[in-house]
Amino acid sequence: MYIPHSEAERDEMLAAIGIDKIDALFEAVPEKFRFPNLRLDPGRSEYEVELELKDIAKANLTVDEIPCFLGAGAYKHIIPAAVDAIISRSEFYTAYTPYQPEISQGTLQSIFEFQTLIARLTGMEAANASHYDGATACAEAGILALHHHRGKRSKILVSAGLNPMYRSTMRTYLQDLDGTKAESPQVMKKISEVSPDSLIEAIDEDTSLVMIQVPDFFGQIWDYSALVKAAHEKGALVAVCANPIALALLKSPGSMDADIVVGEGQPLGMPLSFGGPYLGFFAVRKELVRKMSGRIVGETVDARGQRGYVLTLTAREQHIRREKATSNICSNQGLNALTAAVYMSLMGKKGMQEVAQQCYEKAHYAARKISKIRGYKIVSHTPFFHEFAVRCPIPAFEVDEMLLNHGILG
Amino acid sequence: MRNNSEPTIFDLSSVGRNGYQLPESDVRGSEFPTEFAREDLAFPELSEQDVVRHYSRLSALNYHVDKGLYPLGSCTMKYNPKISEKTARLDGFTQLHPLQPTETVQGALFLIYDLQHILSEISGFTACSLVPAAGAQGEFCGVKMIAAHHAYKKQHQRKVMLIPDSAHGTNPATSAMCGYECMPVKTDSRGNIDLEDLASKCNKELAGIMITLPNTLGLFDENILKATAMVHKSGGLVYGDGANMNALLGIAWLSDLGFDVMHYNLHKTFSTPHGGGGPGAGAVCCNRLLEPYLPGPICEMIEEGTKDEPPFYGLYSPERTIGMVKAFYGHFTVLVRAYTYLRVLGANGLRRVAEYAALNANYLMQALKKTYPLPYDRTCIHEFVLDIKWEDAPDIRALDVAKRLMDFGYHPPTNYFPLIVHESLMIEPTETENKRTLDEFIEAMNSIAEDARHAPEMLRKAPSETPFGRMDEVKAARDLKLTA
Repeated sequence: MYIPHSEAERDEMLAAIGIDKIDALFEAVPEKFRFPNLRLDPGRSEYEVELELKDIAKANLTVDEIPCFLGAGAYKHIIPAAVDAIISRSEFYTAYTPYQPEISQGTLQSIFEFQTLIARLTGMEAANASHYDGATACAEAGILALHHHRGKRSKILVSAGLNPMYRSTMRTYLQDLDGTKAESPQVMKKISEVSPDSLIEAIDEDTSLVMIQVPDFFGQIWDYSALVKAAHEKGALVAVCANPIALALLKSPGSMDADIVVGEGQPLGMPLSFGGPYLGFFAVRKELVRKMSGRIVGETVDARGQRGYVLTLTAREQHIRREKATSNICSNQGLNALTAAVYMSLMGKKGMQEVAQQCYEKAHYAARKISKIRGYKIVSHTPFFHEFAVRCPIPAFEVDEMLLNHGILG
Repeated sequence: MRNNSEPTIFDLSSVGRNGYQLPESDVRGSEFPTEFAREDLAFPELSEQDVVRHYSRLSALNYHVDKGLYPLGSCTMKYNPKISEKTARLDGFTQLHPLQPTETVQGALFLIYDLQHILSEISGFTACSLVPAAGAQGEFCGVKMIAAHHAYKKQHQRKVMLIPDSAHGTNPATSAMCGYECMPVKTDSRGNIDLEDLASKCNKELAGIMITLPNTLGLFDENILKATAMVHKSGGLVYGDGANMNALLGIAWLSDLGFDVMHYNLHKTFSTPHGGGGPGAGAVCCNRLLEPYLPGPICEMIEEGTKDEPPFYGLYSPERTIGMVKAFYGHFTVLVRAYTYLRVLGANGLRRVAEYAALNANYLMQALKKTYPLPYDRTCIHEFVLDIKWEDAPDIRALDVAKRLMDFGYHPPTNYFPLIVHESLMIEPTETENKRTLDEFIEAMNSIAEDARHAPEMLRKAPSETPFGRMDEVKAARDLKLTA
């Protein structure tokens, strides 16, 4: 499949190369290991494979079939049909990384618009072309902070309110960096320990970064201005991991003086897709732009004086700096960044705020109702945004099982 | 002359215009607290058609695989089958929350399980994790696994990672992220790893070596068995950068050649679209020695099926795992695309991919070496590297040839990589290009070689036929403007 040559063409090409069988091209492969017998099924027609995939898909229960109350970093939102129509254009999805700007302005300008939208949403001065997901964006914030302090500060304070998967990912990324350790000073046992104020006393002269999440993992919204002030007084940077839908209503982290704002961009027009591909967004103050990893698009002009865009500040990146690069990342979530740009453009200010407002109302409505049922207690404090934690009278997994029997994903 | 710039989405905005519809809320009555509320959000206001037209016009400014040849060495820009787009969009895959109970996602887990098996079988390894988000993250996982194994064995003095001088930039960057000191290994005159140089660097400080096979010159390393044996003998482990696996499908098992762990780029080898720079996917496969360190979650069969009941699948993380490297289970809908492609191809189709990738590359190489210098002149596998150094056109650089190719309607080859060839053009046609396309490309290359001598300004001012000319990259970096 997908190989176009006729036999006659193949023979002509073999003759041009001066061999009579394709096998001759592989003589450098040690003979006893050449052409292993792959124990895999033979190929099938496109139609048969489609039926097979439909069968596999059918063995799943989708969030379209029954109500889903799951959150924790992946959210179902309404996605306008125009989003998929645009990202299904093969001009976008079959294009390569825009290293040749003369023939890649579509990708480059849409990333530039994405960067602008993210910068405006987070209240920051610059954003990059994206990271893999919210988790790796957090890890890259940690790496940025350690580089920023040139190895002189080794500690990263991570709030217990940060998504546990993101905390785990930060640990994996940061533990082997020379002379550093990522610290997670609070264990997620008592929900009362999550407040930003409880982090303040842990900040010291060795702290390079304080990492918090807004709204936090339990959906709670906090005033973290005192934390930012305390961190800056000790010379530490502050990174905020934010939900982009919540940011439509919330004071921007930029206006709260955050240095770095990262987050999971999946709510911006991406389906749940069993966890990926999603979109890590990453925004910074101007002074940190050159320390930010990942692709960045900048505006310029071409030889004919036309406005255009290019990948810029590439001297930070692995293909130029190799072992001294800011990160080994060489891709970005191109198509997901486009998805987010299209979604945010369609929704505009009013639509983004309406989505956030409805999420807020529906969560609070559900919380009010649940709190009236005997034995249930809402443990997230108010205000919370679009998710909240409930203490159940019986183990939570049993509640979930019973909900599933009632046709609800709890 | 016409200005081809498209206004930005912000330029097109008009206050009060609206591009969305939402159902009315039926649970009003909760006001967002004003002390936390933001004042303004400077987002554009547009109609749905405004947005669709803007991005459609932008899309027309892109080169892409569906338009024409993309001979980018090491990037494997092959045709992306349409069926994979269709299956990846099935509701049964896109409408799944990653935290649903496992009994509600048995189809998704089966797909992950089966793809883990298929990718292991293609590499000859015993285990696989599909978690890594991209090739670079797959590399990161593989090198972390090597580091974790040495740490487990209390071999803390193993601080050095060897990297052939032809390697991708991600290899040294990855090693540095894992706390290793990088040391280059030379390439010999036939384009193989220089065994003498390698021998001098194999000692008890050696953690391992990162090898791309075929290497970035497109050559199968003739010393591979000796090189991997030398590294193993001194206690190091061998990492396989799978960027060029398109050349080895059904041709050789990396496990047989002395590798311990490797990554695939599913967006190269298994034809998931590049998406203008991502999302990719970077599965890691390894042998039994390194299996306990794989990044989780990995899918396993918990209960075998019976004649009435299908098997039951679940997720786990290996005992000494390097830890999480991202949230959830990998780029799932990218995995669906790769799985679709692999099911269509099957064992027989896979070997044909590698064979025809090699046929196309060698056909182009034989034709082009008549007009272009070929620094390593032996049978290549899936790609080859030219060196733009003509005595009678000394001022012409690889960049000029690359840019001029755009005027002929082609995406340029990879240039200035690998670093060991100074004016390199690295050409990978892939198996999905037909002979006519290759012949036309050869003609264009020959005509450019001719112009290099007789009309060099045609190259230096190129491209002139594209909607945009060469960009002022210095200005972009100096007058940094990253937002509208």
